[in-house]
Amino acid sequence: MNLRCVWVLMLRYVFIYRRSTVRLLEVFFWPGVGLLVWGYVTRFIQSAGQGELPHFITFLIGAMILWDILFRAQQGVVLSFLEDVWSRNLPNIFCAPVRLREYILAMFLFGLLRVGAALTFLVLLAWVLYHFSLFTLGFALLPFIANLLVFGLALGVITVAIIIRFGQGAEPLAWAIPFIIQPFAAVFYPVSILPAAMQLPSLAIPGTHVFEGMREVIRTGRLSWEHVGWAMALNIIYLGVAMWLLVRMFNLARVKGSLGKWGMQ
Amino acid sequence: MPRAPEAIVRVQDLTKVFDGLTAVDHVSFSVARGEIVGMLGANGAGKTTTLQMLLGLIRPTSGRIEIFGQEFERNRIAILRRINFASVGVNLPLNLTVEQNLWVFARLYGVQNVSTRIDDLLHLSEIAHLRRAVTGKLSSGELTRLNLCKALLNCPELLLLDEPTASLDPDIADKVRKWLRQTQREQGIAMIFTSHNMREIEEVCDRVLFMQKGRVIAEGTPTQIIARFGTQNLEEAFIRIARSGEVVAEGNDP
Repeated sequence: MNLRCVWVLMLRYVFIYRRSTVRLLEVFFWPGVGLLVWGYVTRFIQSAGQGELPHFITFLIGAMILWDILFRAQQGVVLSFLEDVWSRNLPNIFCAPVRLREYILAMFLFGLLRVGAALTFLVLLAWVLYHFSLFTLGFALLPFIANLLVFGLALGVITVAIIIRFGQGAEPLAWAIPFIIQPFAAVFYPVSILPAAMQLPSLAIPGTHVFEGMREVIRTGRLSWEHVGWAMALNIIYLGVAMWLLVRMFNLARVKGSLGKWGMQ
Repeated sequence: MPRAPEAIVRVQDLTKVFDGLTAVDHVSFSVARGEIVGMLGANGAGKTTTLQMLLGLIRPTSGRIEIFGQEFERNRIAILRRINFASVGVNLPLNLTVEQNLWVFARLYGVQNVSTRIDDLLHLSEIAHLRRAVTGKLSSGELTRLNLCKALLNCPELLLLDEPTASLDPDIADKVRKWLRQTQREQGIAMIFTSHNMREIEEVCDRVLFMQKGRVIAEGTPTQIIARFGTQNLEEAFIRIARSGEVVAEGNDP
């Protein structure tokens, strides 16, 4: 692993974002809109329930912010890759002395930066608008965020692998994949609400255990290590499968000649 | 007896088959240090596929690629540090400045004295005044020169150029050719060069590989190729081969 390569590739993304107001806005705009809509919807439901739903706003805003961490981590990896596809720069990267793992790590680190920026913005906005502090989750916040970041990385790597395999026609998956998972991941509701047939697939998703764990912390004040353990174990499996898939799809793209088609015709 | 120049590229029986279609068919050639080899052929002749295999973008179906005496697949990263490429279809990120793009690739290739190297290349390519310009605002001639700067950043021993002067006006194309020739003379870089501009190939290349339907059908200096096909120039030879529709076996009369 050449850390200089990783650092330079990551800085390159910083340069791209620093020069693009549209990209910078995108980091803050959609999370901000989501928080505004969900925040006021839950406030309305809570007021209609005349105080019968004490944890509602905390559940939903907490879920919304944590979901955004997962989504931004996945997007950080995928959009960084797509930047190279869109600018027809991919052959320059893969013909330079850069290993695939260095490239992926750079995308992930840049994804972390994006998540950090969006998270800071959301935490401030939620506190100002709804007097909701994500830090009420206390120490539990750390394992939750760490697990969501790793799961987002795994999803991002899987998405990149699919795009490498099926070409630019598969680009819409960059945005679709997290939302395919969302109904199963029990983001805004507990697993028990799902039909029995959906519960097992739901429990096989690392994110599910984070969101279940978050609700338990808000409800009882206790951190469920069982959920944290499941999330970690599943994340190890997901990340392993994602990396295996990426290497396999990359090698397949070299066999089929599709890597060169992103630029050299 | 003078010693034969050292071959830094050796390609043996290189073959690439895509879903039953043979794009490159048992191609063998070598390139000596400091030599400029032109690859000619109609669209679909297998030139770009061959270049992409030399760069590791495509994995060969069979055959062997040896660069600097090392088998390519096993020593990919070490070899890629010493070679570079530019292609008409490949760009640097358009929203970075010229300087940022060159800085990134200089660092990726582990170039020493990055700032001096970038200065030198920008001056040689006559785009020093564009150092802080956004890449997306450059003209196609300036973009081509920037891509060539990137390709020369690491003082490569082997440079692969896929139609480097396509879409350039004759004045800029001439400047680029002269610059490449000068660089090759000063640094002893070996180059593999594809182009559809036959005059350019005659002017720049020491040796030519004529490809048709994935095979090398003729090889020699531009003068030898012209003599062999009994034509006035390389362009006529090209047209004759392209329109024959048949593979001309090497060594046989066309």
